[in-house]
Amino acid sequence: MSDASQTNNAISIRDLVVDYGPRRILSDVSLDIPMGQIMVIMGQSGAGKTTLLRCMLGLKKPASGSVNILGTDIVTASRHDINRIRKQMGVAFQGGALFSSMSVAENIQLALREHTNLDEKTIEIMTRIKLDMVNMLAAEHLMPSELSGGMTKRAALARAIIMDPKLLFFDEPSAGLDPSTAAELDQLIITLKNTMRMTIIVVTHELDSIFKIADHIAVVSAGRILETGTPQQITSSSNPEIQGMLNRKPRETIVDTDAHLRRLVGG
Amino acid sequence: MGSSVESSMECKLKSESGFDLLELSGEVDLQFSPRLREKILGSLKTGNPLLIDMAKVSYIDSSGIASLVEGFQTAKSSKLAYGLLNISSTALQVLTLTRLDKIFNLYSSPEQFKQQL
Repeated sequence: MSDASQTNNAISIRDLVVDYGPRRILSDVSLDIPMGQIMVIMGQSGAGKTTLLRCMLGLKKPASGSVNILGTDIVTASRHDINRIRKQMGVAFQGGALFSSMSVAENIQLALREHTNLDEKTIEIMTRIKLDMVNMLAAEHLMPSELSGGMTKRAALARAIIMDPKLLFFDEPSAGLDPSTAAELDQLIITLKNTMRMTIIVVTHELDSIFKIADHIAVVSAGRILETGTPQQITSSSNPEIQGMLNRKPRETIVDTDAHLRRLVGG
Repeated sequence: MGSSVESSMECKLKSESGFDLLELSGEVDLQFSPRLREKILGSLKTGNPLLIDMAKVSYIDSSGIASLVEGFQTAKSSKLAYGLLNISSTALQVLTLTRLDKIFNLYSSPEQFKQQL
């Protein structure tokens, strides 16, 4: 068995099982994410993508299995070790999750002020460098309520990369964006990987974006990894469910007649 | 428990004829950039032009870039020459991403820098 400390993998997940109450959300998920590459986790809504992301962030404790991140299994690690690993992670959440009472710049600077002793001038320059990277320098003093959807995503990305994380997690980067803004964001993600040595994990179901940015793709369905591979391997997969996703076909519904009747009628 | 590889940075300031030469090597990150900032600003306080040799810098993060930018601004205010020598392609990519490659004076030899003094 490989883990992230012995291989060139930034993340190694093994036999992960996650339950929410009586419901099993992830079943025996194993996944390797190579260092310095972009891994896209794709799948339809409700497939378990976000739960997998939450496990990698240490926000959801699995029922069993391991999540080895940069050499540390965060399932069994101490709080101190989890905090150390988290300082090497940046997360851009789907809705931005910016603090509404702080300006864009203040939101971005927050982690530097919390976790470093950098000089004020260094913090100011770093903030502006990151705002410039995401083409948001002019929005430094704006409040989150004054931002468009695309600007909010870019501000969230600037905040996620402020500490130059080794791992960048991005939840649905292009959801709700117009095609041109989505394409700009995709290009920015590729540039960050190439220049900042980041390993980037993107959770999305936007096909256009997936095939532009991915080095590797993991296809998740009904809480399991259906297949992993390069975009070319996934495109040529013989799995009908994957082909259905790629051709945007609706999911084939398998109905357990008795169970379905019981749900509808009761008894 | 896994182990993480610790980064390290070396930072040597030399006095050359007519300017200071700061030789940097290793990885300039959040941990080491305060030391780089201190060296750059300390050198500029002496009133000497400053050339920063980056040939052996394997990685520089945005806190390191921020220190270089602050140094540039300080040198400009004091009307001192300030340049980066032998910048690696990795570091140049980071500067290009932030369009700072157009702002910094980049040199390929100390002689080239001396000619500007």
